[in-house]
Amino acid sequence: MSRIQACFAELKAANKTALIPFVTAGDPHPQHTVDIMHTLANAGADIIELGIPFSDPMADGPTIQLADERALEHGVTIHDAIAMVKSFRETNTQTPVVLMGYLNPIEVVGYEAFAQEAKEAGVDGVLTVDMPPEAAGDLNAALESAGMDPIFLIAPTTTEARIKTIVSAAKGYLYYVSLKGITGAGHLDTDDVSAKLETIRKTTDLPIAVGFGIKDPETAGLVAKLAEGVVVGSALVNIVAENQDQPAQIIEKLTEMVGSLRQGIDN
Amino acid sequence: MANPSDFLATPDTLGNFGPYGGRFVSETLMAALDELEEMYERLSKDPAFQEEFDKDLAHYVGRPSPLYHAERWSKKIGGAQIYLKREDLNHTGAHKVNNTIGQALLAKYSGKSRVIAETGAGQHGVASATVAARLGLKCEVYMGAEDVQRQALNVYRMKLLGATVHPVTSGTKTLKDAMNDALRDWVTNVDDTFYIIGTVAGPHPYPKLVRDFQCIIGREARQQCLDQVGRLPDALVACVGGGSNAIGLFHPMLSDESIKMYGVEAGGHGIETGEHAAPLCAGKPGVLHGNRTYLMEDEAGQIIGTHSVSAGLDYPGVGPEHSWLKDCGRVNYVAANDQEALDAFRELTLVEGIMPALESSHALAYAGKLAKEMSKDDVIVVNLSGRGDKDIHTVAQIDGIGID
Repeated sequence: MSRIQACFAELKAANKTALIPFVTAGDPHPQHTVDIMHTLANAGADIIELGIPFSDPMADGPTIQLADERALEHGVTIHDAIAMVKSFRETNTQTPVVLMGYLNPIEVVGYEAFAQEAKEAGVDGVLTVDMPPEAAGDLNAALESAGMDPIFLIAPTTTEARIKTIVSAAKGYLYYVSLKGITGAGHLDTDDVSAKLETIRKTTDLPIAVGFGIKDPETAGLVAKLAEGVVVGSALVNIVAENQDQPAQIIEKLTEMVGSLRQGIDN
Repeated sequence: MANPSDFLATPDTLGNFGPYGGRFVSETLMAALDELEEMYERLSKDPAFQEEFDKDLAHYVGRPSPLYHAERWSKKIGGAQIYLKREDLNHTGAHKVNNTIGQALLAKYSGKSRVIAETGAGQHGVASATVAARLGLKCEVYMGAEDVQRQALNVYRMKLLGATVHPVTSGTKTLKDAMNDALRDWVTNVDDTFYIIGTVAGPHPYPKLVRDFQCIIGREARQQCLDQVGRLPDALVACVGGGSNAIGLFHPMLSDESIKMYGVEAGGHGIETGEHAAPLCAGKPGVLHGNRTYLMEDEAGQIIGTHSVSAGLDYPGVGPEHSWLKDCGRVNYVAANDQEALDAFRELTLVEGIMPALESSHALAYAGKLAKEMSKDDVIVVNLSGRGDKDIHTVAQIDGIGID
């Protein structure tokens, strides 16, 4: 059983929903990322999604785009992001870590070399935003043979036929994009989310995490009633951005925010 | 080299040109692309749609565009005879309108009320705003903040045409960032919005459908050459940014094996300086903006900033079909630098009284060199893809002349 599967199994037994925060590797500075990851885990995160910065993050809104730009100013590479996970694993062997990013930096390394390097560092899953399941055969094979889970997105626009294709390629969990838009956008409609999740559940038993547009404990609480996981990204990255010159403040405010998201989800 | 007939069959049903192309986008857009592909496949075989497209090209765009023998320039060079395919004479002043007419018809048939576009030099933005005005569609154009500065005239043209221009301040503030923001808009407004992509790049089916709409250039040029010269040309030359004017000229003649083809990328300050926009000459394959193709990237896979004096060529990628034609060896990809393009801009203006776009000037610069190596009986067709009025400001600035 993978670390991600074990995590969801344990939560299910306890009748709890996973809190999955997202931060960008190297934002605001590479030396803070590992501390930030520990902070998230200690404040109640079940799984951590770590963004690999990319120069052209087409599916992301301004918040995460700027986070990528801050990280890239410090020359953060995909190897650096993996090294941060390795360093995190020195004292945390329990919290699953999923790398999330775009295809091009992975292609430069090569699928197998990337999978090997990530696995050795203790990465548990990989979500490649611009890699559709139809074209993902080789990447998935590399990830799975290294023992990692390929995570895929499902969108409000995804047809039932495509849902079948996606769930047959996915492992670990599915990431449902709660709204038509980019990360950090608008507000989600829980009725719409509920209806779509029902459709997805007809074809799979994989846990479903919902993300995009979840900014506060109230929304996180509403979504937690529908899904196995709640992903919060831009709201946390905003905290990093607003306190980028005061690392101590980042830690303090992230602790506070993740704690209240945890409460929102558990209540 | 692959069999010439392979070129005509591309892309396959998944949008692949050999190892290039494809559809690398986030899941939210997959359904919209499936829908567009299905609609395009249906309409491209529908005689009524084709008839409407042809009628618009004739009476609105003003096609066929002439094939002009630049006799005085050819004589001055003292080599091959140079013929110019006059896409600069199209309505709105460039080849871009061939494609926007086609995609606006698709938007109309799809029932979507809003169109968006990305633009570099502003020619595609103007062409999109133009067809949107004519069809009563709401139009929003994404343009890099740097390009908004250097193409102020086209920005104002778009506004007069009723379009909203969004300056894009992220990343390098040029065409690639404009395309990122257009894709973000489309993800958000996918229900009521048609995305008019301006070049033969992006996710499948865009590289195919933009090519198909631009192939009118090569079909006309081929026939005009047969009529005027009595035979096919010996060489074709076109500039390549994303590559839509080049593919439009080349594609209908790919199976005419005797014709040599040259795609001219922006050499900027010189390939050796690294400050250029020539992914086919100096880049390597990767994935950006929904397709796999040659890119300008650093060793970590980040897309790097490009430089060209012409905004329309200032793009780090290129259409996937060009990547395939490069690997097959069917088309030669070369570069002309800023200075060579500026020299060609001035020369054609002085010798023929035709002011070319700085983009097209790259093709002219290379054609001039090529002509010298060929005989007086040889024929080169150059795609004069756009007119240079929009670039007067840029050239004046280089000359140190203020014309505000």
